[in-house]
Amino acid sequence: MSPAQFVKSFTLWEFVRAHIKTLRYFFKPKATINYPFERMPLSPRFRGEHGLRRYPNGEERCIACKLCEAVCPAQAITIEAEPRDDGSRRTTRYDIDMTKCIYCGLCQEACPVDAIVEGPNLEFSTETREELIYDKAKLLENGDRWESVLAANLAADAPYR
Amino acid sequence: MTEFFNTTVGLSYGWAWFLATISGILLISLPLMLAVAIVIYAERKIWAAIALRRGPNVVGPFGILQSFADGLKVFLQETIVPAAANRVLFLLAPIITFTVALIVWAVVPFDAGVVLADINVGLLYVLAASSLGVYGIILSGWASNSKYPFYSALRAAAQMVSYEVSIGFVLVTVVLWAGTFNLSGIVTAQANMYGLPINGFVLNPLLFPMWVVFLISGMAECQRAPFDLTEAESELVAGYQTEYSSMSFALFWLGEYANVLLMCALNATLFWGGWLPLFNFAPFTWVPGIINLFIKMALFFFIFGWVKATVPRYRYDQLMRLGWKVFLPLSLLWVFLVSGVLMFDRVGLPQ
Repeated sequence: MSPAQFVKSFTLWEFVRAHIKTLRYFFKPKATINYPFERMPLSPRFRGEHGLRRYPNGEERCIACKLCEAVCPAQAITIEAEPRDDGSRRTTRYDIDMTKCIYCGLCQEACPVDAIVEGPNLEFSTETREELIYDKAKLLENGDRWESVLAANLAADAPYR
Repeated sequence: MTEFFNTTVGLSYGWAWFLATISGILLISLPLMLAVAIVIYAERKIWAAIALRRGPNVVGPFGILQSFADGLKVFLQETIVPAAANRVLFLLAPIITFTVALIVWAVVPFDAGVVLADINVGLLYVLAASSLGVYGIILSGWASNSKYPFYSALRAAAQMVSYEVSIGFVLVTVVLWAGTFNLSGIVTAQANMYGLPINGFVLNPLLFPMWVVFLISGMAECQRAPFDLTEAESELVAGYQTEYSSMSFALFWLGEYANVLLMCALNATLFWGGWLPLFNFAPFTWVPGIINLFIKMALFFFIFGWVKATVPRYRYDQLMRLGWKVFLPLSLLWVFLVSGVLMFDRVGLPQ
């Protein structure tokens, strides 16, 4: 051990320097976002909770092409469809198992009519597992509730597609 | 306080002494437990601030009730005793840890004359009682009948024994300089160092390195980072606490933080002038002694948290090397130096 090293180690020089460094950090502003009260901005492409959208006249967009069901890598989507009384083909059942869903966004990519979309909502935790198996009514309700945001996000993202 | 119960309340001396002692114990241990809760919160805030985080800030104003919420949660949980564990020792171990952490406070002087047991060999009592603390950990590790707690207990035993040796020699230098084992006597011996209006052995250039050794050894003694090998979570899950739950776990935590606070109090008492103000002139002397002690303890507690947030954990052989090959020779040398200086200074050369 050289004399310089000896003096350094016995005066705890490295430790003192490290502690001065951390003391500087102690007084720095916090990096944490105070989450429930402050939020990060979300991208228009953010993939959160799903919703089924409607046309402005109230007609549901989904035409039961089952592309989303086919493309879903987690096989979270289950669709059953029948012709309606007026002859148009509509889903009679549209279930998404949110516990299976991996939020990859392939369903909204596959959808030819922008019916199934993933919205900005990320706070939909529930107390039971059953509540996370969404049916058509729940998805349509989500679509109605978030429609303004969903439409704005789709419009914002449209130039890049 | 014995006089108060004897003359004012009119009890016989025996009852008065008994009541005075009981109330003294409660006056120390209850605020201590409250202090532990606040101190855990404070420490989490310190670590958080150094990591640029916020720390607990939801329960109560600024999250100050976080420790009480945690305590309540722990209190309501089920105490699980592993089937293969030695039931009696398993439940006895946290009680030992907690009790031993509390009993040392009996000799800590909070102000001139404000001390529960003003015994002549206070410092020996501190050493003896804090050595007992290792029993709680060894018993918990052995009684859990599980490999990680057992490894942890072995480490704790070796570590505490190693560092107690150098702590012992550091205390010898303090005792030599103060000329007494009584903690109040040690504090009063620190008044007016060199005839200047400054208090504290730490201002003595000969004793300052011993304070550094004592601070670091104290961290090892409390099993605090960077010497928290007994709880090295990457190797030993949670060390000797692995099998514990509910209140038995909480008792370990209370004991651990009571020990940390005790180490802060000892640092303040032995080297920084205890209840004495740091300077003996106007604005400092107005502060009551107990506040002086608390300010110093808070400062040391900040240092403990600061160190934990800064340095990584030692390797086990490094820990042993530091204890036996650096601190032990250094403190031995210092015992020699201090006694030599005192021989020249106070006794004089033989004629």
